[in-house]
Amino acid sequence: MGVEGIGARVARKEDKRFLTGKGRYTDDMTVPGMKYAFFVRSAYAHARILSIDTAAAEAMPGIIAVLGGKQLQADGIGNLICGWMIHSKDGSPMKMGAWRPLAHETVRYVGDAIAIVVADSLSEARDAAEAVVVEYEVLSAVTQASLALADGQPQIHPEAANNIIFDWQLGDGDATDAALARAAHVTEMKIVNNRLSPNPMEPRATLGIYDDAEDHYTCYTTSQNPHVARLVMSAFYNVAPENKLRVIAPDVGGGFGSKIYIYPEEIVCLWASKKTGVPVKWTSDRTEAFLTDAHGRDHETTVKMAFDADHRIIGLKVDTIANIGAYMSLFSSATPTYLYATLLSGQYDIPAIHANVRAVYTNTAPVDAYRGAGRPEATYVMERTIETAARELGVSPVELRRKNFIRSFPHQTPVIMNYDAGDFDASLDAALAASDYAGFPARKAAAAARGMKRGIGMSCYIEACGIAPSAAVGSLGAGVGLWESAEVRVNAVGTIEVLTGSHSHGQGHETTFAQLIADRFGVPMDNVNIVHGDTDKVQMGMGTYGSRSGAVGMSAIVKALDKVEAKAKKIAAHLMEADESDIVIENGELKVAGTDKTLPWFQVALAAYTAHNLPSGMEPGLKETAFYDPSNFTFPAGCYICEVEVDPETGKTQIVQFVAADDFGNIINPMIVEGQVHGGIAQGIGQALLEAVHYDPANGQLITASYMDYAMPRADDLPSFQLSHQTTPCPSNPLGIKGCGEAGAIGSPPALINAITDAIGNNDLSMPATPQKVWLAANVAH
Amino acid sequence: MYATHYHRASSVQDALSLKSAAEDSRYLSGGMTLIATMKQRLAAPTDLVDLRHVEAMKGVTVAGRTVRIGAGTTHYDVASSAALAGVCPAICALASHIGDPHVRHMGTIGGSIANNDPAADYPSALLALDAVIVTDRREIGAADFFTGLFETALVEDEIVTAVTFEAPEKAGYAKFPNPASRYAMTGVFVTKGAGGVRVAVTGAGSDGVFRHAGLEQALSARWSPDAVAGVAVDPSNLMADLHASADYRANLVKVMTKRAVAAA
Ligand SMILES: Cc1cc2nc3c(=O)[nH]c(=O)nc-3n(C[C@H](O)[C@H](O)[C@H](O)COP(=O)(O)OP(=O)(O)OC[C@H]3O[C@@H](n4cnc5c(N)ncnc54)[C@H](O)[C@@H]3O)c2cc1C
Repeated sequence: MGVEGIGARVARKEDKRFLTGKGRYTDDMTVPGMKYAFFVRSAYAHARILSIDTAAAEAMPGIIAVLGGKQLQADGIGNLICGWMIHSKDGSPMKMGAWRPLAHETVRYVGDAIAIVVADSLSEARDAAEAVVVEYEVLSAVTQASLALADGQPQIHPEAANNIIFDWQLGDGDATDAALARAAHVTEMKIVNNRLSPNPMEPRATLGIYDDAEDHYTCYTTSQNPHVARLVMSAFYNVAPENKLRVIAPDVGGGFGSKIYIYPEEIVCLWASKKTGVPVKWTSDRTEAFLTDAHGRDHETTVKMAFDADHRIIGLKVDTIANIGAYMSLFSSATPTYLYATLLSGQYDIPAIHANVRAVYTNTAPVDAYRGAGRPEATYVMERTIETAARELGVSPVELRRKNFIRSFPHQTPVIMNYDAGDFDASLDAALAASDYAGFPARKAAAAARGMKRGIGMSCYIEACGIAPSAAVGSLGAGVGLWESAEVRVNAVGTIEVLTGSHSHGQGHETTFAQLIADRFGVPMDNVNIVHGDTDKVQMGMGTYGSRSGAVGMSAIVKALDKVEAKAKKIAAHLMEADESDIVIENGELKVAGTDKTLPWFQVALAAYTAHNLPSGMEPGLKETAFYDPSNFTFPAGCYICEVEVDPETGKTQIVQFVAADDFGNIINPMIVEGQVHGGIAQGIGQALLEAVHYDPANGQLITASYMDYAMPRADDLPSFQLSHQTTPCPSNPLGIKGCGEAGAIGSPPALINAITDAIGNNDLSMPATPQKVWLAANVAH
Repeated sequence: MYATHYHRASSVQDALSLKSAAEDSRYLSGGMTLIATMKQRLAAPTDLVDLRHVEAMKGVTVAGRTVRIGAGTTHYDVASSAALAGVCPAICALASHIGDPHVRHMGTIGGSIANNDPAADYPSALLALDAVIVTDRREIGAADFFTGLFETALVEDEIVTAVTFEAPEKAGYAKFPNPASRYAMTGVFVTKGAGGVRVAVTGAGSDGVFRHAGLEQALSARWSPDAVAGVAVDPSNLMADLHASADYRANLVKVMTKRAVAAA
């Protein structure tokens, strides 16, 4: 490893602009003649729209237009769709109801968009939006999924009887039932995975620009995947054909999944720009973000884990009800199915698994992937259950896990996944050592002497990243392939531009990707530029989510680099009159091995472009494109151990130690990886201790619509994390990378809840473990 | 935010006349509550009269054990006043935990008590300190000043100019913050002095800040953290919301009292 190469702790190139306020976000974009949009939104969770009167609003100062869903539909703009088909176990396709970008018949959640107001200023738009009179016939609403599927509940979409979108299964039901029947012990739990609001620092925003002269649209938007945005807006929403639509996702301030999807606002602003003849910008305020950004999680699960007399897990049965919200967001069907049930083997060798998942409409914001997406839910089910089983069986939670670990690879689980590499003992051992697990009883006694209840809990997680082999996901219902693309352009002076289909919104790609190139060719990182986020600049790509940009995005770059290197070596061999196979690249030079003949990198690049003396038949130029389609998922795994002290008088939990031992395969930049883990654990602790979206069950109003009621983790809620890495390189991609973006959020919640329940001696505790809940649980114990 | 007119007052008199000249006006101090409310369009005054530049309303003075805090003094200035820390460190500690540094450098004691948020910290201190709220026209005892949720004895146009109190022999504050907002989910300010023991509770009462007779009696009998152990706190007059039930708040009232005494 060089100072800038693979494995170096290089400070992030992009941080200067982010930390000095020089980032360029969608809301920073201004174009001549630009106007401002404000959306009229439903005040009710469920209602029929009887009439929409815009006359008063249209007469107000500064108003350019007030447009509604009827006009949108008349112009042929389509409904929003979910891009992953799931079939129920009876073979029927999922029951998807219509999501109109602007509702004109029925509204189905508080915040549902009804009309767009375009005005000279934002405050004029907002004033006029207040003057739009919507007459509603209010219908009763239902917000909890397990209630919504019962008889007699409000019916949210005519397509989905009892609000059930699909009733899907995975695994072998008969074998699992047989295992449960013959088990020596069954641990059964009811588990709720709490609903979360994503809260990226930058709220969603979009700027729609229609150019009448060119008949061309430009969409600036806060997207994690601008090409996917363009694809669906062209293919499904009829905004414009792809060649007439440019999507630019400039600096984006965090996404956590919520910016994967296409929302009504992008579509409507583009359409409104054409209708009004002016560029239209919309920026969400924080309240709108709480109301309309796709939420995460919201599962209600029953799990049964069956053990034989020797404490080996012989079967696992899981029944989950997943709240999808009022509409099916872009990948909402995949999150509680193929991103969830496929991870229910955890780190354990389980011969029989069966999962049943019912996805249910409710009168709440759409629910889709949020950091971890399905895998935190699976990990929480597995790791809470095995910890509980250890308590019930009276055995060490460490030994129970060890006894059931998978130790030979590849390992085919009963739920699709084929784990390619891992060493679960290594992470467990590292975490036990780092946490001084053996010394815990003494620390517990010392805490008790101070009147505090100390507890320890662990979680051994595995997740699937590097999404995904295109043919495999296609066979499971995905509407897209999940490869990635890269173009490497070596300029005539030897500097390099890399165009990637990945998108960076906090991950630091401009640094890690440049490190890869610096490492490969020995050129300074400063000579390398990473270009992303613009469909006019970058070839089709699939974007960033599911911790895929290292494993898939960088693998595409490697493939392109291979081609560049091969051509550069041919040119160098020709110029130095040597054999191509003798050329090596070292420290920015091409050398003939075993001689003193060398050519600097830039001279080879220059030769490629002057084309004065190239091997005969060779095309000029040094620029290569590659598409990389992974052969398997990757499987990051690790062990987290959390130690807490609970104040029995108040129920307040303090995290006194948090150890994370992760196997992410090979690591390009340890500092960036640590940052990703820190952020992930902070979000996981947020879920376990603080965060929860609450709707009023009586009327579907969002109660946690601001930070006054939605508790985000703050620095003083968090301990200093102790991190370590164990490395089994991933055999399925050229760099041996597994991915690290979500692990922290996946592995941490069960470790924390296992620790608190250990401290208070009561296992009946749901997330978030607020002081009140912990106090109650601590005081009913014993 | 709706459009509004901004006026900068140079003196209390100036503020009074600017205010009465305007149609639907509000005083503005730190703006930490009022501006946020206006941005959410929950308040729409036609005029704002800014009190932040009225010099006479700023600063902390301590003479013997007599304390005067100008209404326009920021939380930061209260928290960092060495003179005040010399006689009543508990109120400095209280101010140092209000909101975040931004809020503490803008928000004022006058704005806080005029607003009388049931979860605000200062009302408990002023009630327990038996403080006097000085306005442009009269002096109001804290017990009479805080009249209900977001309600005070202030009449239209009346300006809080200062608060005064005699620093007691002992004072302590313990706050259990709401996990989301970090306002007091329950905060208890205790004092022991010539006038006896006073225990004032914020964040918990369904009518706002209140004194608790049972706790005061127990602590009068024996000024010690464990003295509260046998006291019953009736949850029936306490708030219940998403974050805390009345029963849980009743528990916190006792625990925070105990800790406030320990800190005093
Ligand atoms: C993020 C955040 C966190 C916070 N956390 C806490 C907390 O933990 N604890 C806590 O107690 N508070 C908290 N606050 C509130 C803060 O203390 C405010 O400073 C206070 O509530 C209002 O003071 P202000 O000076 O900003 O008043 P303003 O917002 O300017 O005014 C508030 C009200 O008082 C009136 N007013 C202002 N000054 C006077 C006066 N001199 N005479 C008569 N009327 C007047 C105004 O007209 C208005 O109605 C928080 C605020 C924020 C934004």
